Parts: sequence; C-alpha cells; structure tokens
Amino acid sequence: MTPLSYAIAHSLPEIILAVGALGLLMLGAFRAGKGDWIISEAAIVVLGLALLSMFFQLGDKAIIWDGAFVDDAFARFMKALAIGGALVSLLLSREFMARNGIDQFEFPVLVLLATLGMSMLISAQSLIALYLGLELMSLALYVIAAFHRDNGRASEAGLKYFVLGSLSSGMLLYGASLLYGFAGTVSFTGIAQALQGSPSLGVIFGLVFVLAGLSFKMSIVPFHMWTPDVYEGAPTPVTAFFATAAKVAAVAVTVRIIITAFPGLQHEWRQIVVFVAILSMALGSFAAIGQTNIKRLMAYSSIGHMGFALVGLAAGTEQGVAGVMIYMAIYVLMTLGTFAAILSMRVGDRYVEDIADLAGLSRTNGLMAFVIAMMMFSLAGIPPLAGFFAKWYVFLAAINGNLYGLAVIGMLASVVAAFYYLRIVKIMYFDESARPFERANVEVTAVMAVMGLFVVIFSFFPGPAVVQAAAAAAKSLF
Amino acid sequence: MFGFGILTGLVVLPLVGAAFILLQRGDNAAGLRNIRWAALLTTVVTFLLSLYAWALFDTANPGFQLVEERPWLGAGLVYKMGVDGISMPFVLLTTFLMPFCIAASWDSITHRVKEYMVAFLVLETFMIGVFSALDMVLFYIFFEAGLIPMFLIIGVWGGKRRIYASFKFFLYTLLGSLLMLLAMMAMWGVAGTTDITKLLATSFPPSMQKWLWLAFFASFAVKMPMWPVHTWLPDAHVEAPTAGSVILAGILLKMGGYGFLRFSLPMFPEASQYFAPLVWTLSVIAIVYTSLVAMVQEDMKKLIAYSSVAHMGFVTMGLFAMNTQGVQGAVFQMISHGLVSGALFLCVGVVYDRLHTRDIAAYGGLVRVMPMYAVAFMVFTMANVGLPGTSGFVGEFLSLLGAFRASPWVALFATLGVILSAAYALYLYRRVVFGPLEKPALAGMTDLSPREIALLAPLAVLVIWYGVQPGAILNASAASIELLIKNYDAALAVTKSAVLAIQ
Repeated sequence: MTPLSYAIAHSLPEIILAVGALGLLMLGAFRAGKGDWIISEAAIVVLGLALLSMFFQLGDKAIIWDGAFVDDAFARFMKALAIGGALVSLLLSREFMARNGIDQFEFPVLVLLATLGMSMLISAQSLIALYLGLELMSLALYVIAAFHRDNGRASEAGLKYFVLGSLSSGMLLYGASLLYGFAGTVSFTGIAQALQGSPSLGVIFGLVFVLAGLSFKMSIVPFHMWTPDVYEGAPTPVTAFFATAAKVAAVAVTVRIIITAFPGLQHEWRQIVVFVAILSMALGSFAAIGQTNIKRLMAYSSIGHMGFALVGLAAGTEQGVAGVMIYMAIYVLMTLGTFAAILSMRVGDRYVEDIADLAGLSRTNGLMAFVIAMMMFSLAGIPPLAGFFAKWYVFLAAINGNLYGLAVIGMLASVVAAFYYLRIVKIMYFDESARPFERANVEVTAVMAVMGLFVVIFSFFPGPAVVQAAAAAAKSLF
Repeated sequence: MFGFGILTGLVVLPLVGAAFILLQRGDNAAGLRNIRWAALLTTVVTFLLSLYAWALFDTANPGFQLVEERPWLGAGLVYKMGVDGISMPFVLLTTFLMPFCIAASWDSITHRVKEYMVAFLVLETFMIGVFSALDMVLFYIFFEAGLIPMFLIIGVWGGKRRIYASFKFFLYTLLGSLLMLLAMMAMWGVAGTTDITKLLATSFPPSMQKWLWLAFFASFAVKMPMWPVHTWLPDAHVEAPTAGSVILAGILLKMGGYGFLRFSLPMFPEASQYFAPLVWTLSVIAIVYTSLVAMVQEDMKKLIAYSSVAHMGFVTMGLFAMNTQGVQGAVFQMISHGLVSGALFLCVGVVYDRLHTRDIAAYGGLVRVMPMYAVAFMVFTMANVGLPGTSGFVGEFLSLLGAFRASPWVALFATLGVILSAAYALYLYRRVVFGPLEKPALAGMTDLSPREIALLAPLAVLVIWYGVQPGAILNASAASIELLIKNYDAALAVTKSAVLAIQ
C-alpha cells in the first residue's frame, strides 16, 4: 500500500488539470459567459502549471491508484508533448475564436478536460483506465470539433467524429472484454504474464479490436476516413489541437499497450503494425497530392506521418520506441508551426484555407513564406531540418530490426510526399502574388517564428535534449 | 578559429555572409550594391581561407588532415570534418568557382537579388560540407541539404519550364539519396559507427556489400548523372540561371564521383569489382549515346549538358578501372570538367544576356562582332574536346589509359566518344561563331565587357595551365589514391584467399 502523498505526487499534472478545469468551469458559469479572455488565459496558466509540475516529479517509475495508473519517464515525455500541444493550441485560438464569434468560456475548459483525458490515457496501466482516459478525451473533442455550431461544416465534422468515434470506442471495448476474458485481468503487466506461451485465437481477436479502436484515434489507415473532414470542418485551433495533443496521446497509449501488455505476441502485432504503417504512408502520400484545401492537406499529411511514426513501433525495440518519441516531438513542433501559419492566412476579416491563397507569399510576407517553406521541407524529411532527424531515428530502428521491406516502402512513400510539400513551396515562391494577408496577432506570429527556428536549428537546440530524453524514457517501458 | 578548425570556418563563413546580406535592404540601388559586393567578398574570403587550408595541407600524407571532431546530437552522431588528397581539390574547386557564380549574376539577376545571393552562399556551405564531412550522416545531411537552395535557384530564377525542371531535379535526387540513407543505417548496424575513417577499416560481408553498393549507386548514379538516369540534367541545366548551371555542372555533379571514391570503392571492394562491368557498360553507353544526342541539340545549354553526361561517363569508367591511371584520370577529369563546363556555361550566359535566346540557330558569325569572345569560347571548346595542351586532354587520356588496362574493349568504345565530342563541340562552335553574320540582331552585339573578361580569363589560364602542368592536381591526390588502391587490392586478395581456402 503506497502512501497517499506518494500517489498524489506522481499524479500531480492530472490533479492540477482536473482542479483547474472544474474551477474554471465554475468561474465561467458565475461570470455568465461574458466574452472576455480571463478563462482562456487562466486555462493557459493551468496547462503551464501542469507542465511545470512534471519537472518536479520524482524520477522513478510509480504504479499507483491500485495498479491503474503509471507514472514513468515515458509518460512524462509524452505528457509534456500533449500538454505543450494543448497550451500552444490555446495560445493560437484567441484571435480566431473572437473573429468567428465563438469565444465562449466553455472552449478552454473543454480543452483542459480533453488534456486531462489524454494525460490519463498516456499513464493508463490497465484496460479500464485506458477506456476512461480515452472517453474523457474523446467526449471533450467531439464537442470542440463542433464548437462553431452555426457553421455547417463544423457541425458535420463534430457529428461525423462522434458517430465514427463511438463505433471505434465500441470496438475497443469489445477487444478489451475479450482480452479480459482470456487473460483474467485488466492490468497490462498482468495480461503480459497471463499470455505467455502460444496465444489463443480469442486473444488475437482482442488485440486486433483494441488496435483498431486505437488506430481510429491515431487516424491510421484503414480507420482514417474521418480525418480530412474533421480537420477541414473544425475551427483551425481545434484542428491544431487534434493534430498534436490528441495524436500524441493515442500514439503513446498504443506504444505502451503493445510493449507492456503484448511482449509475447510480437509476431502477431508486428504484422498489424507493419501493414497499417505501409497503408498509412502510402495513402498519406498519394491522397494529399490532389488537395486544394491546406487543412485537408495537413490531414493527409498527418495520416502519412502517423504511418512513419509506427515504423519505429514496428521494430518493437527500445531504439524503436525512442524513435517514435522523437518522431512525435518533432511532429508536434512542425504541426504547431504549420497551423500557426495557417492561422495567419487571413484576408480582411475572413480566414482563408485554400493552398492557392498562398501564391506569391514570398513577396508579400517573406518571413511567413520562409517559415512555411522550412516546415514543408521539414515535413518532407529534408536535412538539416528537424523532420530529417525524425525519420532517421525511426528508420534506423526498422533497419536494425531487419524490416527492410517496410523501410524501403517508407522511403518511396516519402519521395511521393515530397512532391506535394514542394508544391506548396512552389506556390509561395515561384507563382505570382495573390492578395496579401492581414498581419496576424503577436501570439500567432511568435509561435510561428519559434517553431520555425526550432525546425531549422533542431540539431543544435532542442535536438540533443530531446534525443537524450527520449532514449532515457524509452528504457522505462522495457 | 574559436576552438573550431579551419574546415568549420570554411563551412560557416558563407553563412555569416548570408546572415549579413539578410540584414540589408534589397529595395534600393545602394542596398543592392551592398548585397552584391557582400556576396562577392564572402566568396573571395572563403576562397582565400581555402587556399590557407591548402597551404597547411601535406600532399605526401595519404590520410585525413585538418581533422576536427566533436560530439553532436548524442546517440552516436558526431561532427567530424577532415580532408584528404581526394577531397581537398574539390573543396578548392568549390570555393574557386563561387566568386565566378556571383560575378556572373551581377547584372543578369535583377529581381530578388537578396534571396538569390543568400541561396548561393547557403549552397556553398553545403557543398564544402559534402567534401569535408568525415561522418557518414553529416555527409548525407550536407549532400541532401543542397537540394533546397538549388531547388529555389532553378525554380525562382530559372527559365520558362523552370517549375518542371526544379521538381524533376529535386525528386530524382531525393529518390536516389533516400535509398543511400537506408544503406547508411544498415552500415551503422554492422559497424556500430558512422565515422568514415572507421567505416573504411570495416569489412562488410560480401553478400551485404552488393545491396549496399546498389543503394549508394542509386544515389551517386543519379547525381553523377549516369545513363539512363541522366534525364533530369538537361532540363535542370537549360532552365537554371547561368550561375546555377555553373554550380550544377561544376560542383554538384562531382559529388557523385566523389561519393564513389569515398564510399563505394573503398568500403565495398568486392561489390565494386562485381559490378564494374555494369558501370563500364553504362559509362560507354553514356559516352557514345549522349554524344550523339548532343549533336542534334538546338539549344546551346542542352548541348553542353549532354556533353557533361558524356564526360562524366569517362569519370565513372576511370573510377571503376580501379588502377592508378584510371582513378587519377577520373579525379583530374572531374576537376577539369568543373572548370571547362563552368566556363562554357558562362560563355553561353554572355551571349544569352545580350540576345536572350539560347537557340543555336539564332546565332552565327559572332567572330565578326565579338572577336575576344570567339577566342575565349574557342579555348573552352577545345578543352571540352580534349585537345592536347588543355586540361580536358589529361583527364580523358588517363581515364582511357586506365580503362584500357582494365578492359581494352571498354576503352575502344569509349574512345569513340572522344571523336564524337570533337564533332558536336566543333559543330556548335561553327554554327555560333563562324559563318556569315546575317541576322540583324547580331550586328549590334558588343564584345566582352571588362567584367566578363575578368570572369573568363582566369578560367582560360587555368585550363591551359593544367593542360601543360597537370602535376599540380595529380600530385595533390596521388598519395591518397595510392592508399585507396592498395587497400582495395588488399581487400580483394583477402576475399580471394578466403574463397580458395574454402575450396
């Protein structure tokens, strides 16, 4: 029996997020929905505190709350990414929400709740905790996807996400019940112990259903259909939040359940992971070519990037997990920078989303064009930008795991993907100018500039710190 | 220099110049003048620094010199720089050609001058990095990073079909180099290091060598470019601005040959020997076929581009002959071709700036209005043909000699290329320079300006100087090439005795 103070110390970020969300909800309700920014700014502070609290946590691995919750270096790394993604998404949201008349106080509260769900998901150590975290995250996300409720596309996005998301939750639950039935326990480590020896067909079914449910949250092919519509329809800061924090959480829990609960089933899960990784990389590369809306393009791009991240997981080694972590960290940097740029695409009072609107940007706004160009080259994985190092670490793990076919297919897919990233650079640099954009507000510009800088100088800062932290954190799973 | 070595200085210096140019205002005459002079000054200072490095360089030492090493990014990657007799000439070639590129763009680039100069300086950083990196991953980073500025140079300042050309250039090269990247990862798995000096001492299993060799070949053959993956080159050359073509032909193509010398030959000797007939076949096809193609070109730049492919065929042929004459000839040919093809593209740029067409049919009889130009163009055409007394001859002769020792048939067919090169080059010269001066637009053409003389004269002097005094380049690389061949033969002997022992 661990003392309560020990458990609290190890779940400090979650407690801060929960108390903060509830407190801000009360505050918002009593202030009766005045359109001011106290709640949003307070939510940013709460997220900042949660992020800060992790630096004071103890370094060891703690399994607390009756074996349902684990706090280890892996969880802290991924939580830092998820909470950081949420924080920056909120920073980006102020002007967009105000201009679209949807700056209600519920939004930051829902973001906090979703982040709390992600945090629990990342730290889940049993099937029940996994499901609770997943639903807390998902329910909040369904609402904020449709937050622009007078907008037809946003409502469609929310509804679509909800219906398909519920289906996937159902699949996950079904898989979890099969696993519980065959293993006799909901704890990940317990499942690993119970599944020694050759697995029965029921366990494999359970594994497949659980992975299908999680693939939906990661938007992995063939469970990706919702992604382009939701990315396009949801308010842009919400899309940024989906593309960063939500993905980090889903990838984290997938890595954790595969590595800790199914180490004996490597042959079985590797087939699945390799298959969906190849499909995602291929679809992400080819389907994005024909897109004209930049948010849809980023949706397909994110599908492809999840495929690349899974290449590291397919290796199933410590090096592979570290690769996935580095990949997600860099992916979050690139995605936040790109969405900050998308939020700077405003003509008059209207936000535009067509790729064609970027035409000739290098003449009207050189800094923004340069940052987007660097983001695109980085997303394509061209050195010396950050995206190259992301690919390097996951493919290195795949090659060391003898997954040569997967690595070659991944590389070919990234050449195809380079085509549509280059197309954006071409439109900005080679084409004649369209209308110039209005000046973005200071937060958006700052986020864009900082992320652009990180992407360019990643190998000096913050690269070494990220690589070392990931390498150390990956050890905690094995 | 600040705790770093001189090679780091060479890599960083162009970036410093680029940063300074970024701070300038590009929208008034004074700002533009500052930008141009700053770019020129940066490249000249870089060249002087590389001469200083050359002075410190000991040609008798076959190993790596001016080495610097420091940890970088954790997890096995290191920042390690150094040069040997093979890479030092290429570093010098790069720094030498850059001021010419800047000067060639002085008047012909009028829009977005600031971005243009920054792109060129950043490109210089990456090119110097490629030739001086002693860590495999660092090499790859520099190798591939050069795509970004070159893509922009072709795409923003290029000709009519610039977008097609820039995409083709980028995607072709990317496809090849990603396979090389996978091979590098596999090599790390075997050797446990990315340090080139340690990899040179590692012997990879022969069955693995073939795959690794093919992956590296995919990258270097595209970059070189070898037939049949050469088709990006004519497009890129035709559309690129003059200085872009100079860099492309002068330096970027040499990265392929340098890569063969640094990786394929010394690290995979068995595979190199196994695949040598393939390389020879492709080289001979490149020499004969692209020479024939060059003969029917209507566009001056395209003709020179195809002739570049043919000349690179001599390089690959000489390299894989793997004897002293062949490899020395190949290295010499690369340096010489860097000077000659760069100069030829500058010559095309001279008339293009006046008439704004590269169509051969639009010219004729230029000797009557531009006598000095005719002389300069003559010198470089002869060097391109390989006339004795010019640098082109030495490289071609040595590579043919090396190839003859390895396989007389290869040399026989390759020699056809020398004849064909005379045909297309002289045919070009006749159509452009000689003949009656009939077109009215040509009558008003002015001869070389002082700036253009300053551009072409040093190149002409060097081309002739190296033609009669080839020792300057040959001696620099001799020791390193001897070592390379010695290790290559030793590795093959070990395999042979192992095979005999099994039998």
